[in-house]
Amino acid sequence: MSEGQKASRWALWLPLAIFAGFIGLAVSGLLWPADRNVASTMIGKPLPQFELPAAVPGRPGLSTADFTDGKPRLLNVFASWCIPCALEAPQLSQLEAAGAEIHAVAIRDRTEDVSLFLKRYGNPFTRIGKDDISAVQLGIGSSGVPETFVIDGSGIIRYQHIGDIRPEQVPMILEKLKEAQR
Amino acid sequence: MIAEFGLIALWLAAALAGLQLLAGALSLTSRGQVLGGIVRPVAVMQGVLCALAFGALIVLFLQTDLSVKLVATNSHSAKPFIYKLSGTWGNHEGSMLLWVTVMGLAGSFVALIERRLPEPTMLATLAGQAFVSLGFYAFLLASSNPFERLPVPPAEGQGLNPLLQDVGLAFHPPTLYLGYVGLSVAFSFAIGALVTRNVGPAFARAMRPWVLGAWIFLTLGISAGSYWAYYELGWGGWWFWDPVENASLMPWLAATALLHSASVLAARNALRAWTVMLGVVAFSMSMVGTFLVRSGILTSVHAFAVDPERGSFILALLVIYIGGALTLFAVRASTVTEGERFALTSREGALVFNNVMLSAILGVVLFGTLYPLMTEAFGQKVSVGPPYFNPMAALFAVPMMIVMAFGPLLRWRQDNFARIRGQLILPALISVGVAAGLFAAEAIGALPLIGLAVAAGLGVASLLPLRGRNLRRTPLPVWGMVLAHFGVAVTLFGMASESAFSVEKLVAARVGQTTEVGPWQVRFVEIQPVAGPNWTALEADMFASYRGGAEVEIRPQARSFWSPPQMTSESALVTRWNGQLYAVLGEETDDGRWQLRLWWKPFVTLIWYGSILIALGGLLALIGRVASDVRRVVARDKIADRRMEMAK
Amino acid sequence: MRTLLIALLALFAVPLAAQDSLPPAPYANRQIEDPALEAKAQELMETIRCLKCQSQTISDSDAPMAGDMRSQIRMRIATGEHPEVIRAWLVERYGDYVSYSPRITSLTWPLFALPVVLIALSLLLLRRRFRGKGDAS
Repeated sequence: MSEGQKASRWALWLPLAIFAGFIGLAVSGLLWPADRNVASTMIGKPLPQFELPAAVPGRPGLSTADFTDGKPRLLNVFASWCIPCALEAPQLSQLEAAGAEIHAVAIRDRTEDVSLFLKRYGNPFTRIGKDDISAVQLGIGSSGVPETFVIDGSGIIRYQHIGDIRPEQVPMILEKLKEAQR
Repeated sequence: MIAEFGLIALWLAAALAGLQLLAGALSLTSRGQVLGGIVRPVAVMQGVLCALAFGALIVLFLQTDLSVKLVATNSHSAKPFIYKLSGTWGNHEGSMLLWVTVMGLAGSFVALIERRLPEPTMLATLAGQAFVSLGFYAFLLASSNPFERLPVPPAEGQGLNPLLQDVGLAFHPPTLYLGYVGLSVAFSFAIGALVTRNVGPAFARAMRPWVLGAWIFLTLGISAGSYWAYYELGWGGWWFWDPVENASLMPWLAATALLHSASVLAARNALRAWTVMLGVVAFSMSMVGTFLVRSGILTSVHAFAVDPERGSFILALLVIYIGGALTLFAVRASTVTEGERFALTSREGALVFNNVMLSAILGVVLFGTLYPLMTEAFGQKVSVGPPYFNPMAALFAVPMMIVMAFGPLLRWRQDNFARIRGQLILPALISVGVAAGLFAAEAIGALPLIGLAVAAGLGVASLLPLRGRNLRRTPLPVWGMVLAHFGVAVTLFGMASESAFSVEKLVAARVGQTTEVGPWQVRFVEIQPVAGPNWTALEADMFASYRGGAEVEIRPQARSFWSPPQMTSESALVTRWNGQLYAVLGEETDDGRWQLRLWWKPFVTLIWYGSILIALGGLLALIGRVASDVRRVVARDKIADRRMEMAK
Repeated sequence: MRTLLIALLALFAVPLAAQDSLPPAPYANRQIEDPALEAKAQELMETIRCLKCQSQTISDSDAPMAGDMRSQIRMRIATGEHPEVIRAWLVERYGDYVSYSPRITSLTWPLFALPVVLIALSLLLLRRRFRGKGDAS
């Protein structure tokens, strides 16, 4: 067999090898489907500087300074038009009752709609900022509602929870909040 | 009744496919040769039964028979007739049935008219076709039954996705499927040739018209899909390198390479291994494409009926068919002896370069499409889109098109560049001239500039093969090649021009306001509500005038369907010889003004006119080849008759 | 009467899925007055991914968040910020996923290595094919 023919042998197996790689990839894609959520990459980084007006008359507005006084808090990103936000309202009340202080940002919401939402589902928030153009949402790397962030006492983002908080996840959130104290 | 009839026909067709496989495979053994006689009739019957099953499904949709689950979930009695018809294939089950129907009919067609190959190769080919069909029949009957009944028929259907209720899109799937699934014939031919160790010019000549036919449909189907997305989706773009778009492009790239490779094999008995491999790869890409689109593992705007379970079934089929075929290739191809030798500077050399470039583009598109999936396996997300694919594809496409300019002028086997250098001076000068002119005059990007320069040069160079010929005696395949290559230049020109010279205007316009976009003046006259058979819309009445000329009325709409509830944007287009005005109506602002999005896109229509030229070139080549084959068969029969006469 | 009808239709034209009721951000659908700056913004927006969509750029998407991102970008470009700085700001918050423009990082280098590999492979195959001309078959 000439040099040329022997050398070409490996090339003949190349398409099959590439196909085998594809199959491996496809199997992994089917067995472990991708998480469609886009997570924030700001974990471990400080909150951006922001100052938001009050969303409803009963609660003051929100700014970065409200997070830097040494106490870890939860930051809840929500909206009155968001259905899962209504679903997690009981869990947020539970968290507040357990001692967690929750500040909120209302995304793209009218004052009257937010008031109605809070009246209907309860108001566990200490402060609520009105974010009409999603500026703060973009600033912290949030890509939807509802999301809950754990912010430590110096304003560093420590943890992001995407989606509504389920009842069984309440202890985990409290745990993360405790971790942020260190 | 009709649904049951369709299901029975489908089962019978599947059974016949099994018989076709068994008889075909056994006929290759020494004791089973007698079975060979039934393979062709069985193949024809299988195709007919499949077509009957598909016909039954069409009737069910036209009648809006709501007791059938597929009709209830995808149709609505108020839909216009043509969309009831196209609703048949506008869903997963119906389109899979279309897939096996085209496979069956292609097999029947081959069985009926293909007589150029030795019998064992033909039987192996038909057996291969049946083998592949069986898997898809199993998939249909086991997990995607189109004829499933509902125990309680609902009062009304859920309707067809409004985006699909469009004439252009209605016929996009059948055209594409004739292309993708038509390539299965090339796949089966390749399998047949490998199994019977018969890879030669006869094999290439037999396969070529089938590949041409599938390729023509694929070219038209992809082009139609692109044009549909352009005018229907309202974002003014015509290609996004979306995973589903890429899934349709990859078989086309392989098929184009296969076409050229088969020509070399037919004419010069060279590139045997390449041709067989491409024959396998082309249909493999079709199958990979169908898997990617239906399994849901890639994020795409186009993805339909996402179901990982079905995806697993198709993946298993892929492992069997593509894995099997590629293994057969690796094992047998080494025994396929090398064909004729040729020099680097020769027609074969240029075509090898073409093959390699097309395969490289195929590799880049495949890798780029799958890359996000690869990084997901490590928990990271990336986005791969036009900013990656455009330069990477251009990296290989531009050298390929430069070689395309002079390749057809080279002689077979051995030539030297100096001989043709003279002819190329004009195209080269034109390219350089265009590049220099654009560089000096306009501020356009590097890629569009290169595109325009190459397109100009290629357009002229593609006509060179006709130089010095008696045009009436020039064979049709040569005309086909010239037209197709010219079409490539036209398409490239349209793409580059749109990229370089498009102008966009976004305004919040009051009624009565005039907006300027490029050389157009657009006067916004009024907004009125209109109603259609299954939608209502807000229509903007506008008058557009080009450089102060006569006004043309345009009426873009923001349309609302109610079943299922969805909003679509119906853009308004004004087409001139030198481009299109594209208008989209948006939402009303708080102060009573209306969002208008206007584009002026110079020469954008050349993209699709060019692709029609490419397909037309293919058609001329196909007619030419078939005609000469028929003449050859007739002459051969005449000689055989005369021999018999003389022997008496 | 006509205006009432239009208003009613405009009301029903709002998609029925959960959507906010506020108007779009100031520069979501409004171009920057300076055409050169608008061109720069447009070029950037065509390479930023819409996070709430299946696979679209923010310049093509109707999603409100895409509008907010467009508005942010236009406002920043109008104040003179460089497009790549804005892109880096977005990537810092959402990772490489948000940008269609690939950077060469430890995560994406295979995408750029591939063409090089393909060119090398092609040269190898072509060289072997043509160099072997002198061998006896």
